[in-house]
Amino acid sequence: MSLNTALVSGAAPPRPRAAAPHPVVRLIVQRVALGVVTLAVVSVIIFAATVALPGNAATAILGHSATPAQLHALEVQLHLNRSVFDQYGSWIGGILTGNPGRSLANGLPVWSIVGPAALNSAVLVAVSGVIASIVGVTLGVVAALRKDSLFDHASSVIALAVTSLPEFVVAITLIILFATVVWQVLPAVSLLAPGTYAWANPRELILPVATLVIVTVPYITRMTRAAMVEALASDYVEMARLKGMPVRRVVLAHALPNAIAPVVQVLGLTFLYLAGGIVVVEYVFAFPGIGQSLVNAVSNRDVPVIQMIVLLLAGFYVLVNIITDVVALLATPRRRLPR
Amino acid sequence: MATTPDITASVLPARRRGGWAAIVRQAASLPRGRFGLGVLGLVVAVAVVGPFVAPHSATASIVAPFAGPSGQALLGGDMLGRDVLSRVLDGGWVLLAMAAAATAFGVAVGTASGVAAGYLQGRPDGFIMRTVDVLLAFPQLVFALLLVSILGPTVWLTVLAVGLSHAPQVARVMRAATLDVSERDFVKATELLGVKRRRIMAEEILPNLVSPLMVEIGLRLTYSIVIIAGLSFLGFGQPPPAPNWGIMINENRQGLVLNPWAVVVPAILIALLTIGASTFTDAVARVTIGIDRAAETGALPALVAGAEP
Repeated sequence: MSLNTALVSGAAPPRPRAAAPHPVVRLIVQRVALGVVTLAVVSVIIFAATVALPGNAATAILGHSATPAQLHALEVQLHLNRSVFDQYGSWIGGILTGNPGRSLANGLPVWSIVGPAALNSAVLVAVSGVIASIVGVTLGVVAALRKDSLFDHASSVIALAVTSLPEFVVAITLIILFATVVWQVLPAVSLLAPGTYAWANPRELILPVATLVIVTVPYITRMTRAAMVEALASDYVEMARLKGMPVRRVVLAHALPNAIAPVVQVLGLTFLYLAGGIVVVEYVFAFPGIGQSLVNAVSNRDVPVIQMIVLLLAGFYVLVNIITDVVALLATPRRRLPR
Repeated sequence: MATTPDITASVLPARRRGGWAAIVRQAASLPRGRFGLGVLGLVVAVAVVGPFVAPHSATASIVAPFAGPSGQALLGGDMLGRDVLSRVLDGGWVLLAMAAAATAFGVAVGTASGVAAGYLQGRPDGFIMRTVDVLLAFPQLVFALLLVSILGPTVWLTVLAVGLSHAPQVARVMRAATLDVSERDFVKATELLGVKRRRIMAEEILPNLVSPLMVEIGLRLTYSIVIIAGLSFLGFGQPPPAPNWGIMINENRQGLVLNPWAVVVPAILIALLTIGASTFTDAVARVTIGIDRAAETGALPALVAGAEP
C-alpha cells in the first residue's frame, strides 16, 4: 500500500500539491473495498457461530425442557428448517435492509435493543477517546521535551504499571474512592431509565470515562513521546534551534507536524482498544451500551443480538482503520504512509 | 487493516544471543526486571501455597454476610458469609493455571502459523495472513466472548477461546521475525543440503526466534491474566461457588461499604499479577530488542485489537 502511493507521488509532476486529492481518493477506495471484503468474511464467521452451537441451536437456546411446539417455533424463527446458505442469506439480507430480526431473550426487535445502546456506547467511546487523546498527546510532548527528567522517568514507570491493569480493577478502585468507601461524590452505577440517553445525565458518564481514560492515556503518552523524541532529534529541528528560533515555535511548527502521522496511528489503535474496553467498563457501571448488551446476550445465548453487536464492532474497526490511514496520509507531506 | 509495520530489523537480537535462561538472567539483572520477577513470584507463591494454608473451607459460610474483619475471619466475610481470606488463598491457582495454559496454546498456534507464513511464503502466507487480518477485526475480549458463547462457559473451553484470541497477533510478530531469519546464510545452506522444510522451520528458524518469542510469551501472559480475570468477573469462566479473584470482585462489590476487603484484596492481587508480568516483560524486551525499541513498543500495543505499532 505505502509503496503504491509512494510510486504515485514519485511519478507526479513537479508540483505534487496539484495531484493531492488523487492518492487520497485512491486510498479511500482501496481501503473501503478491503473493508467491505473483511466485513463480509467477518459476517460469515459470526454467522458460523449460530451454526456451530452444539446440537440444534434451538435446543441449545431453549434447553432440554422445551416443548416440541416451542422448539419448532424457534426453528422457524431462526430458519433452521432451511439450508445453511439460505439461513445466511436471510440473516445478512435482514441486516442490510435494517431488519436484523428479534431477540431470542425477550422477543423485541434486535435493533430496538442494539440501536440506543450503540448510541450510548458511541458517546462513551468518543468522550473517552477525545479526552485521552488530548491528555496523552500533551503529556507525551512534555515528556519528550524533558527527556530523562524526573517527569519523564516517573511517567514511564507509572505508564508501565497502569497500562497493564485490567479495566475492572481501575473501575473498582474509582468506585471505592469516589462512589462508596472513601467519598460518595459520584454515582457508582448508571441509573438511566430505559429509552434515555447517556448525555441526559453527564454525572453518570464521569467514572466510566475516567476509567477508560486512565487505561489508555499511558499508552498514548509513551508512543507520542517516542515519536516526538525522534522528531526532536532530526536535522531540521537542530537547524531551527541553531538559527535561534524560540523553542515553542520549534516544537509547534517543526517537530509536532512531523510526529503527527505515527501519533494518529496510536490514536486509531486507542479508539479500537476502547471498542473492546467498553465491554467490561459498561458492565461494571451498568452503563446501558452495547458492551453491557453483549454481556447480557452472551449469558442468555441471545444469538441475533450477539451477532449484531459483534458485526457493529467489526464495522467500527474497519472504519477506524480507514480514517486512521487517510489522516496519516494527509498528515505526511511526502504523501506516504508512515513507515 | 492497519499497515503492517516493518519490525523485522528490530525484533531480532542485536547483540546478545543466548538461550532462555541467559535472557531471563539478563532481564532479572535490571532493576525493573528484579521488581517484576519479585512481584510476580510473590503473587504466584500466594496462589500456589494458599490452598494449603487456608484456615477455612472456601465454600463454607462461617460468619454473617459482609461481616467485617474479626478473629474468626481475618479479612471478614463475603456475600454469603464465607471467609474472604480462605477464598483469596484458594482463588488464585486456577486463574494462574488458566492464564498459563491459554498463553501456551495461543503462542504455540500463533508461532506455528507465523513461522509457516513467513518461511513458506506464497499461498500459505497469503491464506494465513488474510485470516489474521480478518480475525484482528474482533476486539480480543469480544472474540473470546463470541467463542465462549459458542463453546459454553467451561474452564477448558475458556482457555481455548482466550488462547485462540491471542494467535493472530502472535502470528503477525513471528512472521515478521521469520522473514528476516529465513534470509540468513545458514538457512540457505541448510536448504541447499536438501533438508525438509518442516525440519528447517523447527531446527533452524525456531531456535533463532527465542528473543521475540520470549517477549510475546510475556505480553500474552499479561493479557491472558487480564482477559481471563475479566471473563471471570463478567461471569464466564469458573462457575460461581469457585473462589476465583475475578468472581470475588464482582460478587462482593455490592457489599463494598460493609466489607471492602472482600473486593480490595483480590483486586490488589490481580493488579500485582499484571504489573509484575508486564514489568518483567518490559525488562525482557529491553535486553533482547534494545532499550529504545522497547520503550517505543511499550507494554500495551498488543492489548489493542489492531496491529503492533
